[in-house]
Amino acid sequence: MAVDEKLKIELGKQGVMVTTIQELYNWGRRSSIWPMQFGLACCAIEMIATTMARYDLARFGSEVFRPSPRQADLMIISGTVTKKMAPQVVRLYNQMAEPRYVIAMGACAISGGPFKQGYNVLKGIDRYIPVDVHIPGCPPRPEALIQAFMTLQKKIDEQNLTGEGRPRHLDEQAPGKFPVPDFGEHDLEPPSNPGTWTVPKIIQ
Amino acid sequence: MKSVEEIKAAIEAAVPGAGVKVISNPAPIAQHSLLIDAQHAVAVAEFLRDDEDLALDYLSNVTGVDYLDKEISEKVKVTRQVPKEVDGVQQIVDETVEETRKHVEPGYLEAVYHLFSVAKKHGPVIVRFRSANRSDQVELPSLTPVWRSAEFQEREVFDLFGIVFTGHPDLRRILMWDEFKDYPMRRDYVEPDDFEYEPTPHDDVLKRAQEHKAKVAAGEVSQ
Repeated sequence: MAVDEKLKIELGKQGVMVTTIQELYNWGRRSSIWPMQFGLACCAIEMIATTMARYDLARFGSEVFRPSPRQADLMIISGTVTKKMAPQVVRLYNQMAEPRYVIAMGACAISGGPFKQGYNVLKGIDRYIPVDVHIPGCPPRPEALIQAFMTLQKKIDEQNLTGEGRPRHLDEQAPGKFPVPDFGEHDLEPPSNPGTWTVPKIIQ
Repeated sequence: MKSVEEIKAAIEAAVPGAGVKVISNPAPIAQHSLLIDAQHAVAVAEFLRDDEDLALDYLSNVTGVDYLDKEISEKVKVTRQVPKEVDGVQQIVDETVEETRKHVEPGYLEAVYHLFSVAKKHGPVIVRFRSANRSDQVELPSLTPVWRSAEFQEREVFDLFGIVFTGHPDLRRILMWDEFKDYPMRRDYVEPDDFEYEPTPHDDVLKRAQEHKAKVAAGEVSQ
C-alpha cells in the first residue's frame, strides 16, 4: 500500500517519517550493492576506472568490491567469456548469496561480440545465468557502467515484494542453483541452460 | 646476414642429408623460407643456433599451417589400339586419346619457426617442417630442447593444429580444455552449431543459417 506522496511530505515537515516495509527493504537492497572483484578482459579496465576517483562509483553505494562471491551482491561480467571460463563464471554465480544481480558489460558478455563466430567464446553469458542489465559497447565507457548501476537500482526500487515479478530470493519456486556446464569433446555441455535462455525468435 | 641460398649450403655442409629446399616468397618482402626434412630438425636447429656466422639464438615465433589433401587432375595423352574399318577392311589402328587422370596428393601439417639473432642483430630465418600426412602421421620433432621459448608455442600449435611434437617436455592443450577433441585451426574443423542467427544473414553465415534451418526441419536439432 503506497503512501500518498503529498501526505508523506506534509508529515515529513512535521518530523514524522512514513514509509512502507517494501520501500525500506528496496532502499536497503539498492543502496549498497557490492560488486564482486572479478574482471575478465578489457572491459574490466573500464570497470576499474569507474571505481576510481574520476568516476567514483562509491557515490552509488557500490564502493566496496568484494574479493569473495559470498560477500558480493553483484557480478559484473566485464569482458569476453571464453568457453573455458564459462563454468567458473557460473560456479562463482552459484556461490553468491541472494539477493544477487548480474550486469553483462560489453559486446562480448552480452553476445560474444566480435568473437561471436569463433569456436572458443561463449555467445553471451545469459545462456547460463539470468542477467539483469545488459550494457552494449566495446568497451562501454564508465558512464555507461554507471548508467547500468542506476538502471539496476531503479529496477530494484520498482520491484514488489509479493506477487508477480517479486525478487527471486522471495520466490520459492525460482531456481537458486544454476547448472554448471561440463567441458565436452566439441563444446560445452549443455550449450545453454534452457531454463534461463531460449533461442530468440527471428522476425522477418 | 647470409642469403637463404648460403644458409642452405651451410646447413647441407653441416648436416648431410638434411634435404633443404628453398621456398621463395614472391611478395615484395621476399622472406624466403627453408623447408627441412623433419628427421634432421633437431640437428639443423642446433647448427643454426650454434653456428658462429648465424648465431640464431632467439626463437621469435612458432606457428602451424594446415594443407588439405589436394586432388590433382592432369590431362594425359594415351595411345590405344582400336578396331576400325578402313576401306571396308577391319583393321586395328592406333589412336591417340586425351584422358584426364586424377590423383590425390596427401596434405600435410607444417610447423614454421621464425628465428632471429640477438647477438648478430639479424633475422628472420624461417624454417619449416612438414608432417607426412594430416591424419595419423602428425609427429614432428620438438625444438624445445634447442630453444626454450618454443615450449608454449609448440603447445599452442599442438592444441590448435594437432601436430604432435615428439620430445616436448609437457605437451598438453594450452588454450582449449583438456577434454576437447578437435583441432580448431584445421581447415576441415566443424564448429559446434550454436550460432544465434541474425535476422539478415549473408555470405558464409547465410549458408550456415540455411544448413541450420534444414537441420531443424529434419528434427536433428531442437531449435
